[in-house]
Amino acid sequence: MIQYSWLIPAMPALAYVLITIFTKRSQVLSASISVLTMTACFGLSVGVLLDLLKLDPANRLVTFGATWLQISPWQANVGVLIDPLSVNMLLIVTFISLLVQIYSLGYMHDDERFSTYYSYLSLFTSSMLLLVVSNNYLQIFVGWELVGLCSYLLIGFWYFKPEAANAAKKAFVVNRIGDMGFLMGVVTIGMVFQTFDFAQVKVLVAQGLSNHTLASGYVAGIAILLFCGAVGKSAQFPLHVWLPDAMEGPTPVSALIHAATMVAAGVYMVARTYNLFSADPMSMTIVAWVGGFTAIFAASIALAQDDIKRILAYSTLSQLGYMIMSLGVGGYTSGMFHLTTHAFFKALLFLGSGSVIHSLHEQNIWKMGGLWKKMKITTWTFAIGTLAIAGIPPLAGFFSKDAILDAVRDSTIWHHETLYYAAVFTAFLTAFYMFRLFFVVFTGEARDKHSFDHAHESPISMTGPLMLLAFLSVVVGWLNWPGVDAYSKFVYYGDLHLDGATSFIQLLTQSWLSIVVATAGITLSAFFYYWKIFSSEKVATTFKPIYLLLKNKYYFDEFYGWIVDNILFALSTVLKWFDDEVVDDGMVDGTGWVARKMGGLLSLTQTGYVQNYALVVFGAVAVIFLLVSF
Amino acid sequence: MNNIPLVHFLYLAAILFGVGMFGVLARKNAISVLMGIELMLNAVNINFLAFARYWNWNSLTGPVFVVFVITIAAAEAAVALAIIISIYRHLHTANVDDAHFLRG
Repeated sequence: MIQYSWLIPAMPALAYVLITIFTKRSQVLSASISVLTMTACFGLSVGVLLDLLKLDPANRLVTFGATWLQISPWQANVGVLIDPLSVNMLLIVTFISLLVQIYSLGYMHDDERFSTYYSYLSLFTSSMLLLVVSNNYLQIFVGWELVGLCSYLLIGFWYFKPEAANAAKKAFVVNRIGDMGFLMGVVTIGMVFQTFDFAQVKVLVAQGLSNHTLASGYVAGIAILLFCGAVGKSAQFPLHVWLPDAMEGPTPVSALIHAATMVAAGVYMVARTYNLFSADPMSMTIVAWVGGFTAIFAASIALAQDDIKRILAYSTLSQLGYMIMSLGVGGYTSGMFHLTTHAFFKALLFLGSGSVIHSLHEQNIWKMGGLWKKMKITTWTFAIGTLAIAGIPPLAGFFSKDAILDAVRDSTIWHHETLYYAAVFTAFLTAFYMFRLFFVVFTGEARDKHSFDHAHESPISMTGPLMLLAFLSVVVGWLNWPGVDAYSKFVYYGDLHLDGATSFIQLLTQSWLSIVVATAGITLSAFFYYWKIFSSEKVATTFKPIYLLLKNKYYFDEFYGWIVDNILFALSTVLKWFDDEVVDDGMVDGTGWVARKMGGLLSLTQTGYVQNYALVVFGAVAVIFLLVSF
Repeated sequence: MNNIPLVHFLYLAAILFGVGMFGVLARKNAISVLMGIELMLNAVNINFLAFARYWNWNSLTGPVFVVFVITIAAAEAAVALAIIISIYRHLHTANVDDAHFLRG
């Protein structure tokens, strides 16, 4: 099956072309093409996984490709690299995309541009898969940019809403800032190593480091440039601002962006180029601290948000921070494992929130309430997702989050104790704000009678994926059941590391702290929003400055807006003046002026008097005669 | 005839050529310009004959060239006079400076 793995990104791309050119008129045909190709992709990914498992664990790497461009000494290839890491991503991306596409059948059924929507979804998944299977830096960059383009198209799918159009633009522009660093990193790699191939670069880096022809600080510099791209794409601080706004797109798209494609790309890229990052402690420290800071920073913002999708968006930021931090402290397996489990429960949560929005046409959680009476399946599945993200055993989030906390605690990174306690506190905040969301939306009494009366359970095309995802959100963590450790033995970097726990009970005792903080978060949340013993309004008014700070997301949008309005605009004015006055008037017009004046001078010789010409001819003959004779 | 040295013919030819060139370059009347050209052609003829005489009188190359030049000069004079008459009819003048239609 592995030799057919190139079809995995190719088929959705073909589906995109087919839908765009031929079947746009027919909604049924467009959706079926898209869903069927995605099913085939998922099936093929499973086949690739089974093939890979047959290989010896030490040699689980298959790569092949073809030359795309030959510009000596560089060679741009397009190829496929199949190893546990990419197979892991292939399975997540194709599976979540498949579920999102099925879910969208219900969610988008009355949208006019239904076919276009499916063509974009196919292209989006195809770009992500192209990025995932890439065997070189150039191809990953191509996929990377295509993902950025598709996110623009899908976030701005309802482009007639100004907020959606602006959010799409914002996502694109913010990503561009990170992508510039990524591009510079890729170009530097090409210049230093004369190749873009992952395997070759890996060998060259290892050689250069061992015989001291390559400074580790230099590799760290390249790694940090690449990390800029990850910061943009995985929405880490300080380029996190686009992700919450990306909520303006259709909700299934949010699920796709947040769970499988786009934001996972940054984490995946760091994992894929891990040999560059692990070369120097400096790059690792930066990665770990950016991730850790984003985790706690985003979790604190989520405490004070009112929009159901925005809360989930900030929780995504926070969880991505966990993954990045895990990679930064050397927890390669735990970071990728959290990416995997997070893909399932975050897709579940987003699709669940989509189900709520679909039924109420409302996103403010303070206008919801008591939905468990009307939407049983959504409530149950959402509860499972919430428990999973809060890290309650034995759900998926518990295993991966605990592995990350372990990795941070055991690391030797700069101030890792601080990072560890920040991560534990983030786990507490996560449990708190996620249950705040759950209690407010699903329990208690309806706050808005009118929309509550219209509330209804969503169709099977929507609840089906929810139930499947809920089931997986429970069991996917069991891949790393203590003693079995199937995931850890499959995806790892360098040497195999296991966390030491050999039974579930032992794991529970080892990770008592994370269970305690999660339970504490849930309990506190219940005191506020379920039993209503404490009043959240009272806390908000007592700590008004802090509440406002959180509610306004630390004023980052305003701050960036100020930078653009004042500094960037002033700089642009200067540059515009330079362009107008120096480049346009001075150089462009100057060139024309000089040419015109020279022509004017030369035209003086064209008198039109034939005798002048004759004089020149005779004069020239005389001069030549004199020159020849003397 | 044999007593006159070659260089005297050449001086005469050079003077004639110079006079002709002056006529071509400095005179404004088209007829005068044409006359200048004729003088220059005849200066060349004198050179041809003088060299032929002192070089090899048995060779006919020089005299034959002179005959050709006279023939061509006659044809040229006919064409040039026709043009000058045409210009005169058109502009009511034979001044070459006034005939500058081709000037940009």
